[in-house]
Amino acid sequence: MNSSEPLSPGDQATATEPATNAKSAGHSRRVFLFKLSLFLNGAVGAVLAVPIVGYLLGPAVRKGSNEDSWIKLGPLGDFPEGETRLVNFRNPVTTPWDGQTGDIPCWVRHISGNDFQVFAINCAHLGCPVRWFAQSKLYLCPCHGGAYYEDGSRASGPPERGLFEYEHRIVAGSLMISAGKMPTLAARNCGQPKLTQIQPNSTSTEANFTEPRRDEVTQSKDPQSRKSSWPA
Amino acid sequence: MASLKKRAIDVYNWFEQRLGLGAPAIEAAEHEVPSNTSSWWYVFGSAATVILVLQVMTGILLALVYSPSASHAWSSLEFLDHNVRLGWFLRAMHGWGSDFMIAIVLIHLTQVFLFGAYKFPRELTWIIGVFLLLLTLGMAFTGQVLRFDQDAYWGLGIGASIVSRVPFVGGALVDLMLGGPIIAGPALSRFFTLHVFVIPGILLALVGLHLWMVLRLGINDWPMPGRLVNKKTYVQEYHKLAEQTGIPFVPDAAWKDAIFSAAIILAIMACAAWFGPFGPTGQPDPTIIQTAPKPDFAFLWIYAVLAYLPPSLETPVLFIAPVLVIGGMLLLPLVSGEGEKHWSRRPVAVLMVAVIAVTLGAFTSLAMYTPWSPIMNAWTSDPIPIADLKDRTPLEREGALVLQNKQCRNCHSIGGAGGMRGPALDTVASHMTEDQIIRQVLQGGGNMPAYGNALNPAETTALVHFLLTLRGGNLSPAIDASRKLVSSTEQSPSQVPPKMSAPGGP
Repeated sequence: MNSSEPLSPGDQATATEPATNAKSAGHSRRVFLFKLSLFLNGAVGAVLAVPIVGYLLGPAVRKGSNEDSWIKLGPLGDFPEGETRLVNFRNPVTTPWDGQTGDIPCWVRHISGNDFQVFAINCAHLGCPVRWFAQSKLYLCPCHGGAYYEDGSRASGPPERGLFEYEHRIVAGSLMISAGKMPTLAARNCGQPKLTQIQPNSTSTEANFTEPRRDEVTQSKDPQSRKSSWPA
Repeated sequence: MASLKKRAIDVYNWFEQRLGLGAPAIEAAEHEVPSNTSSWWYVFGSAATVILVLQVMTGILLALVYSPSASHAWSSLEFLDHNVRLGWFLRAMHGWGSDFMIAIVLIHLTQVFLFGAYKFPRELTWIIGVFLLLLTLGMAFTGQVLRFDQDAYWGLGIGASIVSRVPFVGGALVDLMLGGPIIAGPALSRFFTLHVFVIPGILLALVGLHLWMVLRLGINDWPMPGRLVNKKTYVQEYHKLAEQTGIPFVPDAAWKDAIFSAAIILAIMACAAWFGPFGPTGQPDPTIIQTAPKPDFAFLWIYAVLAYLPPSLETPVLFIAPVLVIGGMLLLPLVSGEGEKHWSRRPVAVLMVAVIAVTLGAFTSLAMYTPWSPIMNAWTSDPIPIADLKDRTPLEREGALVLQNKQCRNCHSIGGAGGMRGPALDTVASHMTEDQIIRQVLQGGGNMPAYGNALNPAETTALVHFLLTLRGGNLSPAIDASRKLVSSTEQSPSQVPPKMSAPGGP
């Protein structure tokens, strides 16, 4: 305590002032550094977000490449003329742990000669599996009672369009379809009228002729990808 | 004995000195609440929290065995049910716990709504509560997917089909939802992540906030008719009430919560033991199409609404209605944060609860027996009643065969058996004439497909002749009133023109 006695009040003031000055200078420096660190973390966060968002959106941005490819359903002899049969195929895109879910059924209608129609199993309403009734020539959906005629056009119930149809062709005596993606309204609405009116079945042959033509138009836009998706 | 007690207190103090959590926790538990909040109506929130804890516990235990891979999920559930000791009971508790949790959360929400508890200053508590309801429903839906059976597989298909209807980005959203081009392994992994990590994390955090706000703002005082909420005076009034009539929450009010929670847990255990686990139904093999998928109980009403919406309205309603409903619920406390709390002075609120409850109940009960769905095997399993075949001509009996063979029974019932999609045919000939029946069968219409291409003329004739015998016993056959007029015209054409012009004249 003795040593402090000589100090006058004025000396004390001059001694503490630089201290508070230094403290406040240090404070403003630290505030600046803290803001800098916030900015730095923001920048790192933004960089970090790129791979995370990219990973998350991965399944949605693969849009460019066509997920459908050509699959062999079987020799033409398997499909008697005038009949509609359930055929299963292994989806071209699967993971090793997909199990049974990678097997997809579809309805093959052999009209006559080389005239076929291949329908997706999924009701155009909400995707439930439709069942074919040969006697009444109707597809019926168990979920909400959607009904379709033998040519896939809407007969009654809540669906707003006919059954989804796979593109098909006949190669070396075998029926092949272009499949790979679950058909939904978003994936397959391709310019069809939104609401198919209830119509008599007589239009079936007409629908038959228009379907492939539309497919050809969509194919001709991108012949390269079509070729690459041909099986060897 | 005394030294043991002292040792225990010493140990507590050792931890308390370092943690410092005991004192504030005891203070929070013992905080004074208005004595009128100690009510059997105020027990649902705590019960929902207790069920959440049960769900977390049973969920972790199920995850010890469950395999979240598309190829093995179903068989791991079967394994849980049959090969793991008490695995079936844990599955049943988790499933019944889910149903109970949704029910309790809905009752809690209704009670809070009718008691005006969402008003100032508890608006944010309500808003977070709305999100808690949505998250609870999200847990129920994702949980149903993890029960990876036929219903789950096609339920995912229904989900994807609904999402695909979103304008512009529908396709991308389906890809994000399924994680791949079809419903398969990646889709299950996604829903596993949602059900086990994402939604529970958010749920627990929001429950924490919800509880914190209840502690901070106080339990809603029992509403009294005419005691209005005023933002300027409410907090003061509430504190006065708590001071005057205050009782410590623990134990004076909490014993009712504790007893109710225990009863609910017992009820869940009883249901689990008595009814057993949900499913799994058939294996998730899309090539087995002999299935009629149905969602779990909480979503049955949506399933019914989707059956009744006209096609042109379906997409708009699917995406506009939820925005309006959820938006309305979120905005409710901000729009009416003051005023009357008591239900007896809020007739619109009571009416809304009644209408919503009746609507949800009606749609749910409809979805229990799905009158809109054809019964796929009715044509081979439901016989024609003998009375309808007795004393019939061979042609009429042939018509009965046509009726069976052409699957008419899948949608139309006779003698109480058959589908309910179309009208019952027992009395068809008493309100439709021969011409009308022929037209209806061949051309369809009114939600019936046209059978013109599925019937040859002989079959049509036979079918119509059989249908004409169905007059519900002895009702008189339908007659076409205009026929009479036409036949009388043919007999005496001169009389008709003045008759026709008389009513139509100016």
